[in-house]
Amino acid sequence: MTYRMLLTLAAVVAVPASAQDVRSGSLTVTSPWSRATAPRATVGAGFLTIRNGDAQADRLVSVTSPRAERVEIHAMSMKNGVMRMRPLANGVTVPPQRATTLAPGGNHLMLMGLKAPLKAGERVPVTLRFARAGLVTTQLVVGSAGAAAPMGSHEGHH
Amino acid sequence: MTGHRMRRASLSALAAAGLIAAMAGCSGGPGEQAAAATQAGPGGPFRLFDTNGATVTEQTLKGKPYAMFFGFTRCPDVCPTTMSKMALLHKRLGADAEKMNIVFVSVDPEHDKKEDIASFLSMFDAPMIGLTGSQAELDKMAAAYKVYVERVPLPNGDYTIDHTARILLFDREGQFAERMDAAEPEGRAVARLKRLIHA
Ligand SMILES: [Cu+2]
Repeated sequence: MTYRMLLTLAAVVAVPASAQDVRSGSLTVTSPWSRATAPRATVGAGFLTIRNGDAQADRLVSVTSPRAERVEIHAMSMKNGVMRMRPLANGVTVPPQRATTLAPGGNHLMLMGLKAPLKAGERVPVTLRFARAGLVTTQLVVGSAGAAAPMGSHEGHH
Repeated sequence: MTGHRMRRASLSALAAAGLIAAMAGCSGGPGEQAAAATQAGPGGPFRLFDTNGATVTEQTLKGKPYAMFFGFTRCPDVCPTTMSKMALLHKRLGADAEKMNIVFVSVDPEHDKKEDIASFLSMFDAPMIGLTGSQAELDKMAAAYKVYVERVPLPNGDYTIDHTARILLFDREGQFAERMDAAEPEGRAVARLKRLIHA
């Protein structure tokens, strides 16, 4: 867990300049990724980091993707060994001058009603709607089914 | 309620349990059943089916130790992460890998048909036994295996399932050994599995 948190921190600090990083005003979305889904799967997850360089907070309000019937913003928690997942009705707030990461074990995008399974190596477009920054479109890079981090980082695969 | 009445109540409950066991044709006598009922560890009889539709019980699994995980195929994070970790551990076991089984029990019979479970498990690079059964059977098993499972309706009309995300380890006799966290460091997890295999 600590290792993962460190990696998340590192990702936030280093901001790898990948082709998927997109900027809208003072908002930057980096390292968007997903996991391959099973042939018959109808749901998939999406993870990314949002940096808010503005002096005011912003909020990820809703998400859409041409690959899914709908995309929800979910929270996941683990308490006493029990996993719970709930939709975040008010989305995710990004405080001013801060970054928020949607990552395994926590908040995530939930692609529901997938029109086709997500395959490792492909890119899945998603459009994020922010309360202040407006629409930001990026592409989730699909990793393996059990990937714990975006492709290119080294966690989980030795 | 006085202590005396309490004792009488629990004694008659035990007698009833023994009677039910006898009626159900269990091999163990009432005494054995009562002892099993007071056992602390998770486990016990179950009757599910695998991805081929074949019946699988706790007897079927005997002979090799097994790691058992309860989840559902539409679980986007913990379930695939855990099964992927199990596949990785399976690889790390090398020659010992075939001496144990990995079992995934879907607790979402409403959605997960045997084909969905087969599809889900096909994502992971290790042989895995996928099981599910009737809601009643799964409820019974969750209670006996001390696994928390709750179907939670969502505002969108769909539902999700809150569930225990720890792996249960059983020895080759089907006796519960210990719980394992999917986040456990690889080396320690492999050592644990090897202990179970060579016990
Ligand atoms: Cu979710």
